[in-house]
Amino acid sequence: MRFRSILIAAAASSMLATPALAHRMWLLPSTSTLASTNEYVTVDAAVSNDLFYPDHVAMDPAQVSVWAPDGTDGKVENASKGRHRGTFDVALNKAGTWKIGMERASVMGTFKVGTEEWRVGGRGRPQGAPGGPGAPGAGAPAGGPGGPGGPGGQPPRMVPTVADIPANATDIKLTEVTSRNFVYVTAGEPSKVALTGKGLEFDPVTHPDELVSDEEGSFRFLIDGKPAAGIKVEVVPGGKKYRAAEDAQELTTGPDGVVKVKWSVAGWYWLNASVEDTKPADKKASARRMSFTTTLEVVAP
Amino acid sequence: MTRSKILPALPLLAAGTATALAATPALAASVTVTVPQIKVAEYHRPYVAGWVEPVAGGDARTLFVWFDGKKRGAEPGTKWLADLRTWWRKGGRSLKLPADGISGATRAPGSYTVAIPANLPKGDYVLKVEAARETGGRELVSVPFTVGGKGGSVSGKTELGTVTVR
Repeated sequence: MRFRSILIAAAASSMLATPALAHRMWLLPSTSTLASTNEYVTVDAAVSNDLFYPDHVAMDPAQVSVWAPDGTDGKVENASKGRHRGTFDVALNKAGTWKIGMERASVMGTFKVGTEEWRVGGRGRPQGAPGGPGAPGAGAPAGGPGGPGGPGGQPPRMVPTVADIPANATDIKLTEVTSRNFVYVTAGEPSKVALTGKGLEFDPVTHPDELVSDEEGSFRFLIDGKPAAGIKVEVVPGGKKYRAAEDAQELTTGPDGVVKVKWSVAGWYWLNASVEDTKPADKKASARRMSFTTTLEVVAP
Repeated sequence: MTRSKILPALPLLAAGTATALAATPALAASVTVTVPQIKVAEYHRPYVAGWVEPVAGGDARTLFVWFDGKKRGAEPGTKWLADLRTWWRKGGRSLKLPADGISGATRAPGSYTVAIPANLPKGDYVLKVEAARETGGRELVSVPFTVGGKGGSVSGKTELGTVTVR
């Protein structure tokens, strides 16, 4: 009995020791560099712990957008979603660097109606509005609690969006959550990818499609167009199965927002930067959490 | 009788001229690359590129690139130029092909001599020769040399034989 409880405690503590974001979303292009503008790149899209093994769930190619080097929209072709991996093709028919991926923004958080705590957004199934049963519409006015979710032991009460927060809600704590996941593929000569000046952005000093394992990669991060100093950047080489350890690097950007990366091996790397601040674009929120993810090809010299 | 002697003498004469040129100090700058014979069941001639990089820094300059410029269709011969990955990054990708006096067909195993442009400014350089072979390997050989000064020679281990600047 005692032995079992120790085991459980050990298991719990080891879970705490693992990174908060265990499941990683990744896009993996078939190459980072094409010699001409009459070729295709095939991209895999999945969510899994280990890179780049599609062993968990597929990412839906329907979420993916394509930006051609001139800023116009590109096309996702031959999309399919398998058990473990989504996959699609992009015709790189213009010279320069293409941006392929997705960005998502949502507002999540909590509020109270009386003494009941409710959640906004996130995982789980909406529980109906706090205004009362069968009234999931927006702006359900004060009717007080007493909705479908009975007291105690029930799953958390939840509304899908900020618009569903009732007028009598108190203690509203909302966080804007934005995530970007882009890969960069170049046909012919590389070009600089345009920035939006909004949120957390990747502004590479070393072009992401000309990385070599014996040369340091240098990447700047920006928040709302200004250098993102002191943010956390995680760099993980793919192919853990063929090594003893994951060999992830936990790095921090300097005052100029730049992080310098030394590559332990040639290959594909997953890079993720994340940061929280109190400057959400959505004024109903009081904080924002931003993340940027990319996949980088590092060739042998 | 005299005619039959002249005919076999022609190649000798040509070889003699080449040797004389290589030995003339004013035209000393040339690169000789050996494409090695590789005994494998499926052999394809390698793509090979050579370029010079000024030691003091500055742009690389491509001297030659041998590739399949004739293959067309869904997978034209140009598709594999990026496999010469270092050359591609150092300047291959900005070279418009075919390039007069620079690009040419792939070469069978053997030794080939390419002139270093006479207008290359004096100074220290590194000659880089990169070879990539379909279903085979890829190799990069570096030979430091000085324009108006000493040459050098380095042997590749797998995809390239001797690379000489003289």
